[in-house]
Amino acid sequence: MGTLATLWPFISQMNPDAATIAAGAPIEVDLSPVAEGQDIKVFWRGKPIYIMNRTKKQIEEARTVAVDSLRDPQSDEARVKAGHDNWLVVIGICTHLGCIPIAHEGNYDGFFCPCHGSQYDSSGRIRQGPAPLNLPVPPYQFVSDTKIQIG
Amino acid sequence: MSGPSDYQPSHPALKWIERRLPIMNFVYGSFVAYPTPRNLNYWWTFGAILSFMLVAQIVTGVILAMHYTPNADLAFRSVELVVRDVNYGWLLRNMHAAGASMFFFAVYVHMFRGLYYGSYKEPREVLWILGVIIYLLMMATGFMGYVLPWGQMSFWGATVITNLFSAIPYVGDSIVTLLWGGYSVGNPTLNRFFSLHYLLPFLIAGVVGLHVWALHVAGQGNPAGVDVKSEKDTVPFTPHATIKDMFGVSVFLILFAWFIFYMPNYLGDADNYIPANPGVTPAHIVPEWYYLPFYAILRSIPNKLAGVIAMFSAIIVLVFLPWLDTAKTRSCKYRPLAKQFFWLFVITCILLGYLGAQPPEGIYVIAGRILTVCYFAYFLIVLPLLSRIETPRSLPNSIADDVLAKAGKAAPMVSTVIALMVAGGVFLGSAQSARAADETPPSQSWSFAGPFGKYDRGALQRGLKVYKEVCSNCHSLSYIAFRNLGDPGGPGYSEAQTKALASEYKIKDGPNDQGEMFERPGRPADYFPSPFPNEQAARAANGGAAPPDLSLIAKSRSYERGFPWFIFDFFTQFQEQGPNYIVGILTGFEDKPPAGVSIPDGSYYNKYFPGHAIKMPKPLSDGQVTFDDGSPATVQQYAHDVATFLMWAAEPHMEERKKLGMQVFIFLIIFAGLMYFTKKKVWADAH
Repeated sequence: MGTLATLWPFISQMNPDAATIAAGAPIEVDLSPVAEGQDIKVFWRGKPIYIMNRTKKQIEEARTVAVDSLRDPQSDEARVKAGHDNWLVVIGICTHLGCIPIAHEGNYDGFFCPCHGSQYDSSGRIRQGPAPLNLPVPPYQFVSDTKIQIG
Repeated sequence: MSGPSDYQPSHPALKWIERRLPIMNFVYGSFVAYPTPRNLNYWWTFGAILSFMLVAQIVTGVILAMHYTPNADLAFRSVELVVRDVNYGWLLRNMHAAGASMFFFAVYVHMFRGLYYGSYKEPREVLWILGVIIYLLMMATGFMGYVLPWGQMSFWGATVITNLFSAIPYVGDSIVTLLWGGYSVGNPTLNRFFSLHYLLPFLIAGVVGLHVWALHVAGQGNPAGVDVKSEKDTVPFTPHATIKDMFGVSVFLILFAWFIFYMPNYLGDADNYIPANPGVTPAHIVPEWYYLPFYAILRSIPNKLAGVIAMFSAIIVLVFLPWLDTAKTRSCKYRPLAKQFFWLFVITCILLGYLGAQPPEGIYVIAGRILTVCYFAYFLIVLPLLSRIETPRSLPNSIADDVLAKAGKAAPMVSTVIALMVAGGVFLGSAQSARAADETPPSQSWSFAGPFGKYDRGALQRGLKVYKEVCSNCHSLSYIAFRNLGDPGGPGYSEAQTKALASEYKIKDGPNDQGEMFERPGRPADYFPSPFPNEQAARAANGGAAPPDLSLIAKSRSYERGFPWFIFDFFTQFQEQGPNYIVGILTGFEDKPPAGVSIPDGSYYNKYFPGHAIKMPKPLSDGQVTFDDGSPATVQQYAHDVATFLMWAAEPHMEERKKLGMQVFIFLIIFAGLMYFTKKKVWADAH
């Protein structure tokens, strides 16, 4: 018991320190400059976040897919905020081995990862290639119609 | 079995020490009188080579650590400052970087020797397992060391490899956060990797001590795989093995020197001369060559967790080798079937290494899967099977008999060469790259190419003029100080000229005693100022693309040479991809893209820029810059001269490097020759 107690500080120090956690505090992003069909990349907690203003075509393509046929089944509705369906906010890190996928590329008008060829659709869900999971959606909420807070 | 321990020093002072710490007896017993089999071949010198390399890496590493700064904002620059400003810093850095590759090359030879001659068999199982532990520690050390320069490959290689641990179910993500010390690879990660990279080599040294101890308990193996039976089978370690090891080390050093002085970037990746950028992933993330076979195995398995398990298993399977291969005959010399499978295994490893560097597309994926199966099949199917069914050839009665019978037989080197030729032939037959080949820039002729290459002073001075009048409007040159223009091996300006040149520039300085920033004329110690105050301003002024700093551009841009060119390049010392690329870009603009190709608005079509759409408008036109020495005022001339200047900017010590290299080479060749003749003399009585 004593050994474990002695060992714990040595292990715990490896976890993110207070300054790093503070730097990871929530950020606000203004969405008004992002036109339909455009996307921007912001950084939060050292990770790139894609904020995409999807066209009607992209939303439709995302919603007509049978959810059961997906590798990581998730409906498009579950990945966006109700009433703000055109806004897709995803962490731009490929769930395969961590490269940054390129937006508006690939067969699904979503994201294409150049490292090993994973392809995500316009909802950021994995459709093709070695990645196992969909692009994660970070915690965010709409503080107004044109502003979101990530984190 | 340690050697006879009846050594007693005669000098009273030494006797005094010996009574309190019998170190001389120990060294004498272990490394002087120690009986070593007399039939060892040169594959047995790699143990000494490895010990030498470990010491070399530690010494160069500790010295580099005196100048390196392990902070994400400062690391890249600190490495460049070591190379540029620290006395012989370029030499120390090259020794350490090339040394890592040489260390791994030697360890692979050492391991393959063990595989071929059954060095892992009873009673050397623990010796073998200690070796696998050393190998694992080496891989961890090498991985962390590569992250330290904080280039693009450093950062993204770290991201990919630390992400592997997220494959572990349930605790994976927490482990990765623990390793990172943050939410992504960042400064905490770099700092701890530096600490561990400094620590691990000393752990390796400790395990090496155990490894040598275990070796001395069992005694060395030998090519016949027959135990030592009498004194006739052995010779004292000193002078026989010592001189052979020294000869082996000196030949190895010649290869080492080739990399240090003439091909320092051949085994590296050009992308690592670009500072780490978390927002931009390089097109191809490739680990260092010594990890490539395992990288290929990792990518062969479509499932993330299974791929990670396969990759680690590929190394762990080595631990079980003594129990997988239970054949009584140790050496493959007497196992005709095992011998053939051994060489097939070597080819499998080489091919897996080749595949690890290719993009995971098309035929490369299929080949990778087949070869992964071959790799595991060798350990899990072939060796156990052969233990049961193979009939070995009859062994010699003793080591002494083996030595007498050996007269006139071909050296083992021959079979190695044949294997390598077969491997080369297999490469030749393999499919072409699945990627569409971008046009590669034509090769220009450079005054600094080759072992005796020198910078053309005139070209350097004209190139500086082109930079100052054209490029410096958008591109910074932040690693070059005005004083560098007067350094030997460069444009060759005098002190007065560099002072005058510096004073033409306005440098921001301060705060003064009133707390305000002010401008003052430049001094030789100042660096070339950047045209923009920060990256965002640079982007805004250039259509969203920041013009890169040009200090390292000649080393951070490259293109594939393909097979078999990259093999010839090693011997011809071709390493001018960067300057060829620069000339290609500067002369490769076309007014209209070819039919059917469209490029985004605001871009320009360039033949050699990857993707063909570059944000930089054509910067050079004929007559733009006039040269005082009357050289032609043409785009081709400008491009050639500025590329020469930029090569110097990237590698200011090149001339010194090549000069010292020639001296070292001559010395090593003479030294190796002396060692060889001494060896022959020492062994004359033993054969």
